[in-house]
Amino acid sequence: MTEGSPDGGLGAFAELFGLSPPASEEDRPEPSRRGLFRRLRESIASSQSQAISPQLAGIYQSAMVTDDLWDELEEALIMADCGMAVTTELVDVLREEAAQGRITSGDSLGRALTGEITRRLAPEPPHIGLGDEPTVILVVGVNGSGKTTTIGKLAHRLSELGQKVVIGAGDTFRAAAVEQLAVWADRAGVDIVKQGQGADPGAVAFDAVAAGRARGADVVIIDTAGRLQTQHNLMEELRKVHGVTGRAMEGAPHHVLLVIDSTTGQNGLSQAQLFSEAVPVTGLVLTKFDGVARGGIVLAIERELGIPVTLMGVGEGIDDLQPFDARAFAEAIFSPASGGDA
Amino acid sequence: MFDALTDKLQGVFSGLKGRGKLTESDIDSAMRAIRLSLLEADVSLPVVKQLTTAIKERATGDEVMSSITPDQQVVKIVNEELTRLMGGTNVSLAMSPTPPTVILMAGLQGSGKTTHTAKLARMLAAEGRAPLMVACDVRRPAAMEQLAVLGEQIDVPVHREDGATNPVKVAKDGIAAAKRTGRDVVLVDTAGRLTIDAEMMDELVAIRDAVKPTSVILVVDAMTGQTAVDVAVAFQDAVQFDGVILSKLDGDARGGAALSVRAVTGMPILFVGTGEKVDALEAFHPDRMASRILGMGDVLSLIERAQQNVDVDDAKRIEEKMRGGNLTLDDFLEQLRQVRKMGPIGQLMGMIPGVGQQAKMKDVEIDERRIDRVEAIISSMTLSERARPDIINGSRRRRIAEGSGTTVQEVNQLLAQFKQMQKLMKRMGKGGLPSMLGA
Repeated sequence: MTEGSPDGGLGAFAELFGLSPPASEEDRPEPSRRGLFRRLRESIASSQSQAISPQLAGIYQSAMVTDDLWDELEEALIMADCGMAVTTELVDVLREEAAQGRITSGDSLGRALTGEITRRLAPEPPHIGLGDEPTVILVVGVNGSGKTTTIGKLAHRLSELGQKVVIGAGDTFRAAAVEQLAVWADRAGVDIVKQGQGADPGAVAFDAVAAGRARGADVVIIDTAGRLQTQHNLMEELRKVHGVTGRAMEGAPHHVLLVIDSTTGQNGLSQAQLFSEAVPVTGLVLTKFDGVARGGIVLAIERELGIPVTLMGVGEGIDDLQPFDARAFAEAIFSPASGGDA
Repeated sequence: MFDALTDKLQGVFSGLKGRGKLTESDIDSAMRAIRLSLLEADVSLPVVKQLTTAIKERATGDEVMSSITPDQQVVKIVNEELTRLMGGTNVSLAMSPTPPTVILMAGLQGSGKTTHTAKLARMLAAEGRAPLMVACDVRRPAAMEQLAVLGEQIDVPVHREDGATNPVKVAKDGIAAAKRTGRDVVLVDTAGRLTIDAEMMDELVAIRDAVKPTSVILVVDAMTGQTAVDVAVAFQDAVQFDGVILSKLDGDARGGAALSVRAVTGMPILFVGTGEKVDALEAFHPDRMASRILGMGDVLSLIERAQQNVDVDDAKRIEEKMRGGNLTLDDFLEQLRQVRKMGPIGQLMGMIPGVGQQAKMKDVEIDERRIDRVEAIISSMTLSERARPDIINGSRRRRIAEGSGTTVQEVNQLLAQFKQMQKLMKRMGKGGLPSMLGA
């Protein structure tokens, strides 16, 4: 659970997939995703150019609830990319609580805020159920959101938990995308099914599922080319890949993960909406969450579409992808950097 | 691009239209709507404040309050302030007087650095320069491979060192290779980074100090939210970039990041990426972008694209034929292809004033496919059929339909439309526009 732990966070993954935790994790006293949270807090504390932190510090230090405090809260929420609708709602809810005397200081306001965000984002802990036949996971998103890296790390984690994984290299468009994924597959020690650049992504998906079944894999993860959600033809192609996967195996894909970059602003809502129209998105992966990028857009997506966040990634390291922890997320973005653990 | 912001502002001003005079509270409600629009467009909050203050100050002045067309005055002010904030006139890329010019590409992970390195190289090569790309992203798996593949696509050499771990050395070697082989522009692709990763920022600084670039270019994703300011400031503090490429502007991102980055760092946006293809890179024009934001269309960009892609002599020849009513299906096909070279019809439509808001993506996509079918039908005709469509009888129609994978009805439709067009052209040729309108 400490920083250098070679399998740090593996227990949390076992929980996410409903698998038994690895032996070394069993006697750990608390869920190991706290390790990620701690690292986040450290990185937030060390980041220099931050517009929100002074504001947050101001909010938490305030002894009384004043009009200025509500303005500051509104600004902090806007600057975390929560969007106006979520911002207005959150401010209204907290104002109501203040009116009923439950919020009396900046500090209690801050705690009520993180509590409300946690409640909204995680009615239940995230879960990706694995079935008997290979469970097929389709990974989609816009260009540069971090799909390939996410798949590499996910495959690595599943492999560590004793699962047999097959990866389908379905990004046949971007130059060297297949090679990039092959490097990850090699690192994770899992099988990869691939064709050349320009190949039909549907055929790759079909082959990957077929290979997964033939080889007795537990999980098949299918990569797709990045596409902007407004590219109608490419979204149709995605719909087709989804359909073809279903023909390769009934009920597949069992999970569709939409990868969203934490730096994304209000366009993230359009991404979630239009990707959901093309394929049934079951969960979000919030990548590159580094404390500067606050990823408040997931609140807007939750509000509009009710899609839960499943995974959260901080960086390139293998330990940097973790099952989503709503409280850690809320505290990471809405606690002042200088403050202690809330 | 920015369509939603355009919609919002038009909404505000159509509410004000027809009232004749603005009151203080009219101005206030307009300002609130502008603030909301800008925030929803991901313009950073401090920049929004700055912008709305400037707009309000001018909007409450005499030039608006006493105007008979106050809404137009407000539009004009917003337009001017947006343009001013985005940096006034278009800025071009600086070239070193002593070659090679060295351009260092920087940006967050996934912003599109590698793709835009290739796009920029292709653009420079098209301008007659001899670029070399240097693959310094030693971190992301297969990033060097990606640049190599792109280099092959655009026929620009790539300096790469397989298995390299020191990007500073690769960069230096790249510059040396350029000097040796007489390349006059070197584009150095670097690893993407997270803003808070001090180690990687240091690496970028080390590369910069080693290659002493003519320009450092920051690639910013158009979909970036409020973080855009933090990102820009972090890179500015670390490496002092000289210009920005705004990537992925072909989606529905409102692109407020453009406003934020420029306003906060003072550095100009040089180019915008408008698609995945290697030629989807355009110069950034602040004034045009402001016009787009206000729903005034982007006619200038349209004209520029036409100039780049349409052969003037061909166009003249076809125009003469049109006037004489001698247009053949072959000419028609050629013209169709000329127009399509300018880009997806949907994108072109978006540039026409007033069309931007109405042309919804889906309908436009269907049009695109219909044009595909028209191309297929004409391509399935023999040369004599294209020259004299009158000879196309029933059995020829069936053959053409089969050959193009369409139906006889579709062939009939096309022929009928073409005939009508020919008639129209003839009338235009004889009496010009007036006789046409009079008919």
